Amino acid sequence: MPRVVVKPEVCIGCHLCEVWCVVAHSRSKNILKAFLYETPRPVPRVVVEENLPFTLPVHCRHCSEPSCVEACISGALYRDPLTGRVEHDAGRCVGCYSCVMACPYGAVVMDEVNRKIARCDLCKEMGEPTCVKQCPNRALVYQDSFTS
Amino acid sequence: MERFDYLIIGNSVGAVGCIETLRSFDKGSSIAVIGEEPHHVYSRALLPYYLDNEVPVEKMLYRPVDFYERLGVTPVLGRRAVGLDTAGHVVKLDDGRTISYGKLLLATGGRPIVPPIPGLDTEKENISNFVALQDLQRISRLLPLARRAVVLGGGIIGLMAAEALHKKGLEVSVVELAPRVLAPVVDEFTSRLIEEAFRRSAVAIYTGTTFKEVQGGERATGVVLTDGTSLPCDLLVVAVGVVPRVDLAREAGLAVNRGILVNQQMETSAAGVYACGDCAEVYDFLMGNRRVLPLWPNAYAGGRVAAYNMLGMKREYDRATSMNAMHFFDLNIITAGLNTAGEKDGFEVISRFDASSRSYRRFVLKDDRIHGFTLVTGIARAGIFLHLMRRGCPVTSFKEKLLEGEFGYLTIPEGLRRELLIDEGVMSEHAVANQ
Repeated sequence: MPRVVVKPEVCIGCHLCEVWCVVAHSRSKNILKAFLYETPRPVPRVVVEENLPFTLPVHCRHCSEPSCVEACISGALYRDPLTGRVEHDAGRCVGCYSCVMACPYGAVVMDEVNRKIARCDLCKEMGEPTCVKQCPNRALVYQDSFTS
Repeated sequence: MERFDYLIIGNSVGAVGCIETLRSFDKGSSIAVIGEEPHHVYSRALLPYYLDNEVPVEKMLYRPVDFYERLGVTPVLGRRAVGLDTAGHVVKLDDGRTISYGKLLLATGGRPIVPPIPGLDTEKENISNFVALQDLQRISRLLPLARRAVVLGGGIIGLMAAEALHKKGLEVSVVELAPRVLAPVVDEFTSRLIEEAFRRSAVAIYTGTTFKEVQGGERATGVVLTDGTSLPCDLLVVAVGVVPRVDLAREAGLAVNRGILVNQQMETSAAGVYACGDCAEVYDFLMGNRRVLPLWPNAYAGGRVAAYNMLGMKREYDRATSMNAMHFFDLNIITAGLNTAGEKDGFEVISRFDASSRSYRRFVLKDDRIHGFTLVTGIARAGIFLHLMRRGCPVTSFKEKLLEGEFGYLTIPEGLRRELLIDEGVMSEHAVANQ
């Protein structure tokens, strides 16, 4: 199951992954339009932790036995057995935040404006995650993890 | 007589956890699920949202309409299991039909409690529980003409019902027997924050009292509290909790305490018969004993562990404990573990309250590890705390940081962080090797 893996030793804490994540999930897919005109603006689905000089981007791990799916009361979160991806149907999400309670990585982002959650969908419609493509120091890698 | 390799009694989250796990490994065996209600698997936990937002019924479905078909499950819906012969591996249905099984899962859930109070009868047209789709349909029908509602029970369901009814424009009162709302679920400070949120929205909360009687004939017209207060109402919701449904198990001779007793493999006292969810008593890894933990994630995970063992793949459920994600008006709350325990119980408690944001954190610690926590308002990334608690990680060296809003993996000492992040490959192998 490919997912975004981080090399924290080369992460420079620029937060561009967050910026490009917003663009990738915007309506226009345009960085200027997304940030200037789209309201509400999508929330970034990657959390970049900062405890300078250290920084650590954290993405959804698409766990094989996802705690978020276990906790989801609406069925919005589910694991696709064919792709191994954990999917989120925002239309079914009621914003109970049970998945926020459950995710061991803190990788479920609260979208409080829409009272929903958002998490890394690996930019599945674009082939490769945008954050990986745009990371200026190649701290993010899209790969099959060495453990699964 | 029909026969299925795997038979499940109960058609909710525990059943789904079991089915999805069975089918991950075994595509060929036959599976059937018996559901008392005639509906496709739906989520009871969504009831308050439905009342509040008029979510269409199809949105209450917990899994897509083709779920049974896609996973090759035979649904036996609108039928109740009335007999169980564990020696003969046979379940008897209320229409006289019998079904034999290879392995059985009891996921029979809970039954709502209706306290013995004069005039309190859910057969009356405007008195309802709040646990099933039919309760919701009944309340929804009554809403257009209802102005005043009384909710008996200040637990999670009662308070969520009260908020939803308030948002529908009703004048709502909540009556709770304990001296504060959510008494067994949250600590006193959190109870007060919740009560304050309700009172600010003009929902009346009566604590330390209950109904002396319900007035009216076929229809309830009001209630009188034990302190003499009289509350007229057009709608009465009874939400004082559920008790495990154990009749079938008990009559079959299974070991039953409050709930059906299971070992850590989720197997009951009868070989090949498993139980999970609200009907079962499971091992709480923090308490070190078995208890009823009627919570959504535990039902799913219990069903999953049962499935592994039904498949002959030995697995233990060793991470069950209490946990709740709740929200009332603008307050988001997450609790887990022994979050209400205090110093008198031999724990160390650290807490912080910020009055301006009304954010509150409380951690219950002992033997260098987290035994419980409460987060109010600042709930983001709460799962990291649950993870630390479940793994029994040492936290003394950074315990003050637990109270900080921006807690994350970089707050955790490097060695422990590496150990925690390696599991699902957050960091690359190279990075791990270099640390």
